[in-house]
Amino acid sequence: MSAAADAGIVVVGASLAGLRGAEALRRNGYAGRLTLIGNEPYRPYDRPPLSKHVLSGELAPDASELPQLVALDADWRLGHAAVGLDRVARTIRLADGAVLAYDRLLIATGAQARHWPAASGGALANIFTLRGRDDAARLRAALAQGPRRVLIVGAGLIGCEAASCCRDLGLPVTLLDPNPTPLARSLGTWIGGVIAECLKDSGVAFHPGARVLRFEGDASGRVVRADLADGRTIEADLVIVALGATRATDWLRDAGLMADAGGVTCDGACRVLAADGTTCPDIYAAGDVARWPNSLYGGRLVSVEHWGNAVAQGAHAARNMLAPAEDQHRYDHLPAFWSSQFGINIKAVGLSEGADSVAIVQGSRASRRFLAVYGRAGRSIAAVSFDQARWLPAYAEAIMAGSHHPPIRDASDQGRFATMEPGFPPPRAASHADEARHV
Amino acid sequence: MTHPTKTASSRTTPLRVVVDLNRCQGYAQCCYAAPGAFEVRGHEILFYDPAPPRARRGEIERAVQACPVRAISLQADDGETP
Ligand SMILES: Cc1cc2nc3c(=O)[nH]c(=O)nc-3n(C[C@H](O)[C@H](O)[C@H](O)COP(=O)(O)OP(=O)(O)OC[C@H]3O[C@@H](n4cnc5c(N)ncnc54)[C@H](O)[C@@H]3O)c2cc1C
Ligand code: SF4
Repeated sequence: MSAAADAGIVVVGASLAGLRGAEALRRNGYAGRLTLIGNEPYRPYDRPPLSKHVLSGELAPDASELPQLVALDADWRLGHAAVGLDRVARTIRLADGAVLAYDRLLIATGAQARHWPAASGGALANIFTLRGRDDAARLRAALAQGPRRVLIVGAGLIGCEAASCCRDLGLPVTLLDPNPTPLARSLGTWIGGVIAECLKDSGVAFHPGARVLRFEGDASGRVVRADLADGRTIEADLVIVALGATRATDWLRDAGLMADAGGVTCDGACRVLAADGTTCPDIYAAGDVARWPNSLYGGRLVSVEHWGNAVAQGAHAARNMLAPAEDQHRYDHLPAFWSSQFGINIKAVGLSEGADSVAIVQGSRASRRFLAVYGRAGRSIAAVSFDQARWLPAYAEAIMAGSHHPPIRDASDQGRFATMEPGFPPPRAASHADEARHV
Repeated sequence: MTHPTKTASSRTTPLRVVVDLNRCQGYAQCCYAAPGAFEVRGHEILFYDPAPPRARRGEIERAVQACPVRAISLQADDGETP
């Protein structure tokens, strides 16, 4: 084979983590060749508006291209996926046959929506998933046709945001989830119950504890109903499958890395680990695709599928990529996300998984304006705000500091806050790392 | 292969704005500076136009400056034009 083109530092995945990583390389003084590879034919764009203002029709699907904050002077390879990594030859193969030699590599391929299997109706027309700009454009166009009923499968963040948008559009909506409340995995059922009330008030038919077995279509191959495990059927002519995402690591199958559908495993400095557990000194990962031991959570392997992590980890990995082996900074990250739905601004910090109690420390659950702190074994580990964002930074600091749970009231003679059972569903059988996901 | 096009920002390309909504505290200073591009809904949901027209650059720059937590990013004109 002829010599591969020298591509300098290569970033695979041209989205939020890849862009912010590339910018940080330049900001930290890297003046050599820089190549960004992305399988989508677009410059990096922002995904959060897709499940909010794009579905509601307020923003065009192509409105959210991300600002570039530094002149990148990069070679963009857009529209072709990376399909293979050869660590010995230090090359990346693209779907169009091109082979690029990298000097150092940043893996930022993110995640992809989990699709409904074709064997149980997933290939029928008018069944959608939502991850990228094209998905949002297709779904928006279908919603604008005025479906008789939208069925949303999965009441995570994206499922609930979509339900909220569909109600704003005046469309009848049914929302299904196997858990007792929406957002059960990210916030627990006690707080998730607040969103269940919002669903009810806004006219969404929410079926907790429901599992879809299969979708059925009409003669033209268009979805008409869902059959549930409990024998019920739900008529719907548009389905949104919002069952989360798997990490985009297929292209690394033969690369000999510690990578699977749950992510690429890194050390604490964002350096990728080989299958034998040794560190790859010139390969880093950041964003949704990365899984790393988070020292804020006792060195547990975590992956964080939220916007703030992609920004911070992209920049952090880039900084380490340019630093010598003895000057690698550890990536300590307090996960955070926001969501807006049913007119409420939800913001959270920390990893709530494994919480054994939760306490409201500002406002009240009944008013739907509150700040709640989650605890585990007497320490504060996470907090969520419903329209009380101004209080969140103080609790983020308390969590970083490992403060007591429940927190002490300002006036100490008032004692501690009352705690509740947070109500987290049991962990998924197959998961071996903690995940914070925007699904 | 897509090469970067380093043309001068044309009048038709919109500005590119993103707000770090983890940082944003919903205090709405940006909305006073650039009412056409930023809006607070409900108690504290910030809605903004990620692609405002170029004619609004002055307003948007004032919004960037007005934000007490520096949550707003705007692509510089000398940056690479996508
Ligand atoms: C609809 C939606 C709404 C969201 N809303 C919020 C929110 O409100 N708040 C929040 O905190 N977070 C939100 N998130 C999460 C946030 O957008 C993600 O955490 C963030 O996009 C992660 O960035 P990333 O660059 O790591 O991965 P991605 O954005 O997934 O980008 C990875 C890129 O790599 C490309 N790629 C994959 N494989 C290959 C390959 N083999 N070769 C080349 N390119 C490849 C992909 O096509 C993609 O362009 C939302 C996500 C979605 C999908
Ligand atoms: S000024 Fe800053 S903090 Fe205030 S609403 Fe605007 S972006 Fe948010």
